[in-house]
Amino acid sequence: MQIKESPKMYDAIIVGSGAGGGMATKILADAGLKVAVVEAGPFFDPADPDQMTQLKWPWESPRRGAGTDRPFGDFDTAYGGWDLEGEPYTHKDGTKFDWFRSRMLGGRTNHWGRISLRFGPHDFKHKDIDGLGDNWPIGYEDVKPYYDKVDKLIGVFGTKEGLPNDPDGFFLPPPKPRLHELFYINGARKSNIPVYPSRLSMLTKRINNDRGVCFYCSQCSRACQVYADFSAESVLIFPAQKSGGQVDLYVNSMVREVTTNSEGKATGVSYINKEDRKEYQLKGKVVVLAASACSSARILLNSKSEQHPNGLGNSGNTVGKYLHDSTGSSRAGFIPGLMNRKTYNEDGVGGMHVYTPWWLDNKKLDFPRGYHIEVWGGMGMPNYGFGFNANDFNKFFDLPTGGYGNSLRADVQKYYGSVLGFGGRGESIALEDNYCEIDPTTVDEFGIPVLRFHYNWSDFERKQARHMQQTFEELIHNMGGIPLGDTPTKEEDYGLHAPGNIIHEVGTTRMGDDPKRSVVNKYQQLHDADNVFITDAGPFVSQADKNCTWTILALSWRASDYIVEQLKQQNI
Amino acid sequence: MDRRKSIKSMILGGMAGGLALHGCKTKDEAEVEATSELQGYSYNYGRTPAEKERILELEADQFLNEHEMETVTVLCALILPANEHFGSAVDAGAPEFIEFMAKDQPEIQTSLRGGLMWLDHQSNVQFSKEFKSAEEAQQKQLLDTIAFYDPKIPLSRQSLEIQFFSLIRNLTLTGYYTSKIGIEDLGYKGNTPNVWDGVPQEVLDQHGVAYDEEWLAKCVDQSKRNVIAEWDDEGNLLT
Repeated sequence: MQIKESPKMYDAIIVGSGAGGGMATKILADAGLKVAVVEAGPFFDPADPDQMTQLKWPWESPRRGAGTDRPFGDFDTAYGGWDLEGEPYTHKDGTKFDWFRSRMLGGRTNHWGRISLRFGPHDFKHKDIDGLGDNWPIGYEDVKPYYDKVDKLIGVFGTKEGLPNDPDGFFLPPPKPRLHELFYINGARKSNIPVYPSRLSMLTKRINNDRGVCFYCSQCSRACQVYADFSAESVLIFPAQKSGGQVDLYVNSMVREVTTNSEGKATGVSYINKEDRKEYQLKGKVVVLAASACSSARILLNSKSEQHPNGLGNSGNTVGKYLHDSTGSSRAGFIPGLMNRKTYNEDGVGGMHVYTPWWLDNKKLDFPRGYHIEVWGGMGMPNYGFGFNANDFNKFFDLPTGGYGNSLRADVQKYYGSVLGFGGRGESIALEDNYCEIDPTTVDEFGIPVLRFHYNWSDFERKQARHMQQTFEELIHNMGGIPLGDTPTKEEDYGLHAPGNIIHEVGTTRMGDDPKRSVVNKYQQLHDADNVFITDAGPFVSQADKNCTWTILALSWRASDYIVEQLKQQNI
Repeated sequence: MDRRKSIKSMILGGMAGGLALHGCKTKDEAEVEATSELQGYSYNYGRTPAEKERILELEADQFLNEHEMETVTVLCALILPANEHFGSAVDAGAPEFIEFMAKDQPEIQTSLRGGLMWLDHQSNVQFSKEFKSAEEAQQKQLLDTIAFYDPKIPLSRQSLEIQFFSLIRNLTLTGYYTSKIGIEDLGYKGNTPNVWDGVPQEVLDQHGVAYDEEWLAKCVDQSKRNVIAEWDDEGNLLT
């Protein structure tokens, strides 16, 4: 036997250390279980001075923060990106899907926007409303207690607004709006578009003595050294270890497959140690996959055995199908009323202080489902790209564009902070024909077969993007501004971002009561192997016009409680 | 630092595999090994070992030759000279930054080098001198023909020398404003721990906006930010 087996028997092996894996680690370890966390990237701690990018100045990077090595810029805390060396993915039929992977402890939670929205009652049963897609086998009332617990454990600011499909929670108080956000509020009111304080998982107020309080540097995408934002390692995994949990972290360990026995039950996982490039095995009573929707689907599809010839959990041919990302379309405007600003520190939290949840009735629209509006702007810290086309807005005043000399300083100053931008993030309809599958022709550098994507948007999403653009232009006009760039055309899908771009991919191992049409049951347990659970966004039946993380966390907690109970009862 | 120490001791690392839980490298040991191999690395902003190596490789290489570097320096000084308060783009290190970017993003190399040659050619034809040695008035006379672009036409359809000048102006300004001097000049006040408590009143007045009392009432009371949050069963904050 060349594959090296560990003699240790874990109660649970958790694959992936992001939101879903981090929460499973916390709950299972707190319950006294012996767990292994297997992470494909290195160890990471935002408080480690050697790994820290927070509070660095642009000149500390020789490329001044340019995104050559890290796609969201040199200071962004994601070890990875759209393309990883040695780990390709492919596409089918000329379709497009962009896949963002972050290989590090905590995964993508280290750089995400911390927009922490609960799904509402309609979001779990949207088929009942418009006949499209499928209902979840659970409803808001099943998840609500867990959302409540997540709010209290992790911390999220927001306000109680009593909206029908944007449920309230246990909120910390929000920060005051910044200047551009006051412009947004005024502009939106002219069109009867509601605006509320945003809901982000950052500590505007202390929630315990282990984590710090936000000091308003606006750099949550760099991960917080005082743990005042939510990242899975600093808020879930480290506390689980600190409170005495039996947590073994396997880093730089790339899981190849779930191993199974002659009864078809999981026995553990096999993984490649990236440092010595050898294959190892871990044994566990339960395997929890939380490697991200697509990575978990890949592991399942690569876990072929006599008992699971089609891949583990894939007897119904559903693994990888119903892949869907949020819709997204963006626009920015130049706002003359925000010119000639006095400078002061308005960094605020890392993201918007106000936002607009979906506010319209689809019965009067030509597309189903909605979107929320994210807002950005302000006098941010200069980074690579600052000062490009410094006086381009001179064109709006019939002044010359370009030039050289000291007048450029005055131009830069005059326009600093005068741009406001929008991101629309909406719900697409999950389709069976949008999927990832194993590409039999390609392996990664670890010899593991890779994913191949097939994804097409439908007119539903395109029309939604068109509506976003119309709304954004109206809002910019309401603020006395000028939309930048041309209105995206039909040929440009109205500015609809390519699938995968919004990094909210979900649905590849969806939950349901019918094993022929779903991969996991309502406790995120594989229909085909009762000791395998999935706690990333794979089990999502639909995406909602929210962001997926808060729901991943709540559902992972719920599934983890179920695992503890089932182990106690010796059912698995 | 106890917290980090205790966490570190629990990391097995890929090294341990499933075999030997003892005898594996801690993160610190691995890091020491990695950095000791990187002689001459002078940055401190959280790079991974692979990223550090790439920076060293780029720095070991030289793209612009001595003459080109001198020409870029002359250009940077013309694009953003010093004023009575702040240094020039050259003082801010823009030429070195441009040299780095040309290696980091090689797609700009041809336009950059070609544009510099175009300048020398024009300067030789008109003034019988290379651009860097021409009189300042002559240099400006040349720049005046390429420094302005037509905003109605996409830059990619404008002449190559106009595209070149846009490129070098963009890099010069970004180099300047991402430097210590430039950030001071701009007056950016952030990137430091602070407590955000709203827009100053005179700024609200200047821009003709105001806070809603109702909205403000929902916002954080910064005097209580260090008091641990507690809620009633309905989610109303009590503290």
